[in-house]
Amino acid sequence: MSKFLKNSELTFEKAKQIVDDTLQSCDDGELYLEDTKSETIILDDNKIKSSDYSTDLGYGFRAVTGDVVAYSHSNEISDKSLKNSSQNLKSSLKGKRGTYNTEIKNTNQKFYNDIDPVEEKSLKSKIDILNDINNYARSLDSSVKQVTANFLGEKKNIEILRSGGQLLNDERPLVRFNVSVMVEKNGRKETGVYGVGGRQSYDVYLKNQNWKKVCDEAFRIATTNLDSKPSPAGEMKVVLGPGWPAILIHEAVGHGLEGDFNRKKTSVFHDLVGKKVASEGVTIIDDGTLDNRRGSLNIDDEGTPTEKTVLIENGILKNFMQDRLNARLMNTKSTGNGRRESYKHIVMPRMRNTIMLNGNNTQEEMIKSVDKGIFAVSFGGGQVDITSGKFVFNCTEAYEIINGKIGSPLKGATLIGDGPSSLKEVLMVGNDMMLDPGIGTCGKAGQGVPVGVGQPSLLIDKMTIGGTQI
Amino acid sequence: MEHKSSLMIKEDGYLKNLADICLTKSKELGSSDASVLVMNSVSENVNIRNRKIDGSERSDNLGLTLTTYIGKKKASISSSNLKEKNINTLVKRCIDATKVTPEDEFNSLPDKDLHFKGAKDLKLFDETHLDNEKKINFIKAAEEKAFSNEKIVNTNGSAFSETKSNFILANSNGFMDGYKTSQFTAYCEVVSKSNGSMERDYEYTSKRYYDDLLKPEQIGSNAAKKAIDKLNPKKIKSDKFDIVFDKRISKNFLSNFASSISSSAIAKGTTFLKDKLNKKIFDNSINIIDKGNIIKGNGSRYFDSEGIRIKELELVKDGTLMDYLIDTYNGRKINRQSNGRSSGTTNLYFENGKVPFEDLIKSGKKILFINETIGRGANIITGDYSVGASGMMIENGELAYPVSEITIAGNFNEMFKNITLANDLEFNYSTNSPSMLITGITVGGK
Repeated sequence: MSKFLKNSELTFEKAKQIVDDTLQSCDDGELYLEDTKSETIILDDNKIKSSDYSTDLGYGFRAVTGDVVAYSHSNEISDKSLKNSSQNLKSSLKGKRGTYNTEIKNTNQKFYNDIDPVEEKSLKSKIDILNDINNYARSLDSSVKQVTANFLGEKKNIEILRSGGQLLNDERPLVRFNVSVMVEKNGRKETGVYGVGGRQSYDVYLKNQNWKKVCDEAFRIATTNLDSKPSPAGEMKVVLGPGWPAILIHEAVGHGLEGDFNRKKTSVFHDLVGKKVASEGVTIIDDGTLDNRRGSLNIDDEGTPTEKTVLIENGILKNFMQDRLNARLMNTKSTGNGRRESYKHIVMPRMRNTIMLNGNNTQEEMIKSVDKGIFAVSFGGGQVDITSGKFVFNCTEAYEIINGKIGSPLKGATLIGDGPSSLKEVLMVGNDMMLDPGIGTCGKAGQGVPVGVGQPSLLIDKMTIGGTQI
Repeated sequence: MEHKSSLMIKEDGYLKNLADICLTKSKELGSSDASVLVMNSVSENVNIRNRKIDGSERSDNLGLTLTTYIGKKKASISSSNLKEKNINTLVKRCIDATKVTPEDEFNSLPDKDLHFKGAKDLKLFDETHLDNEKKINFIKAAEEKAFSNEKIVNTNGSAFSETKSNFILANSNGFMDGYKTSQFTAYCEVVSKSNGSMERDYEYTSKRYYDDLLKPEQIGSNAAKKAIDKLNPKKIKSDKFDIVFDKRISKNFLSNFASSISSSAIAKGTTFLKDKLNKKIFDNSINIIDKGNIIKGNGSRYFDSEGIRIKELELVKDGTLMDYLIDTYNGRKINRQSNGRSSGTTNLYFENGKVPFEDLIKSGKKILFINETIGRGANIITGDYSVGASGMMIENGELAYPVSEITIAGNFNEMFKNITLANDLEFNYSTNSPSMLITGITVGGK
């Protein structure tokens, strides 16, 4: 039974009739319905700066034939509006004929509980905790001059109606909690940011005053940066810490392995399946099935059950990440990577939780082996140029390595590398794989979706550091 | 020819009615003040790839944002579900949230005297409507032109979009106004290939009026030239360089500058430009203006998101910082009246320089020309700047070879003082800069 169309002026029967009529001569497509509510509470400069509650209800109607996608979305879930969309799709695909493939496997897999993070706690109690967080963080040291803390909670319910009447649905909770601390000493200002999150209750992050650890970490990073010296410029060895630095993997190879860029042959990886693209010992997966993780999904936004997809196995390129359209055109099957930011957006192949698996080395060995290099522990964002393969990411906590020992902290700097070659330059893979704390959002073609990353410590032979010291 | 007809956006009456319902309901439920934004935008977009249609999208967005005040307490809701029954539920929820949110002495509606009043004659709405076929033909012509060069082997997709919007902003102090805007955008991104090297680049044009767009052939040939110029790049040795930044990069420095003088950052002290008012922060030759009333301007607006009229600001005069970007809330914190910048800058630009671009790239024996950066490497708290980059090495004024996989880094405090502007300012975006030379920047390479 459709939950969305139960109390709507658009009945299930009517919707089914329009969907069937529109998609009968198409290769693929669906009516995607979404109901999202979210809440953002921000404490800034000692005040509750904003308390915002938002609801968004709408549909996206998609028809696909060959390699052409027609899409129409609206907030108005009504007979009239859907018929308008149908007309629009039909005229866009005029003269094209396809064969509808109705087959999507049903699944009972569940990687998160059906909780509602927006409603499970009162607004008052969340405001109280934010005030406690502010007081605690400011009490850590007299150098703390600014504290920003926020809660972002969301519950997204989706329903997918395919031609033939198949109905698929998912209910997705998501929370994120961030603290940013600015410290000032001797006229110098630095910030530290830390956050946690996932598809579960706020309680997991807040019980036993767990939030103190988040404040402590933000404060530690800020304080470390107060003593940082200018970063060097140029090529050198890099040791990456475990966990969040895996945005290297996300940027260096992740995007380049998304099906659309490879079907269109604009990715440097498009003709490298079965070839060696990384050092031996490097295995990378994209996994949508990890419990409570930010990048996990029971089904993707086309209804395909998610899975654990092996991308690179022991250095050899195995698979791309696929949605239904690109899989069909490349004669393979969807890997459950078809995602969209919301009903306002078309589906594209997107990452879920992208992870490099453990190797045999220790972080200690890596650092010992480096005469001159940098040890990068935490990062801000990253970006990649899929076609040239060049990617960057911004260090927010890094140290110099001199003669096998960790030295002074270094000022934030951008690291730049070349995707296809950087993974061939991995010299050691650590045995300390960690997942990120659950704060990642990936942007592609203007759409943001929650993702996760993970990796063990890594030693990379050379990357270029964007510092100011030559 | 394109015919005149609208994309069926909602008219003022419909939006005003929704705004009225929200304000009335808020008052009924106990708000002392309220403000509401109701907006509708409809856009149609076509994507093509290798000169064939790849997709089409139509989007229709209708939504509202309501902020209610009870004394100095404030909360907001937004929604796209605008059935009257749901609006009632939402207003109640907003009032409930307002009640439990702590007081903030700086919360309030803006000063009535600053509300916008007057004529709306900036030509921000072009009724021209192109059907999908015309959109496809336009952008296809751009790709055709790009593909006429044999080194262009693929596209990353090209697109044409038309957006029409309307909105009403209202508050319980009697402000109720809005206006329609339009935007036409064409984008073409092509892939070049030669000797195993593959590069991409793009050209982009976005205007309020369809007739003002770059012509398709120009878009295609610009995109192709840029992508081909990048082929077979070299990585250079780390060193200090005098860098000439292409316009599409130099405007980013203006955006970084704008974030650094927002009243929010100034009030919190989270910017390297705190305490720099009336002090020299750029070279004497630099003037920066933010002007809201440019006819057909991409960044033009009549009033900001609080309904406040837009004052023309001379932010930097002869290198000296003269003003901040101020909204009501943060203005109160720093004892300044809003200058209508709660939505940020409008048409922000460096006043044109005096030196021809050709002279800038001949200003040294070796000049690095940067026309692409990657990554968000600006830290406005410290002024530190570090990004990935690619471009061209210019030797004795002649193009020597393309350069990639390098980093450029510095600190805005020094970089801003070492800027020389070219005289090639054009108004293509909301934020516009001429090309610029910045001397002595550290480049990370081999």
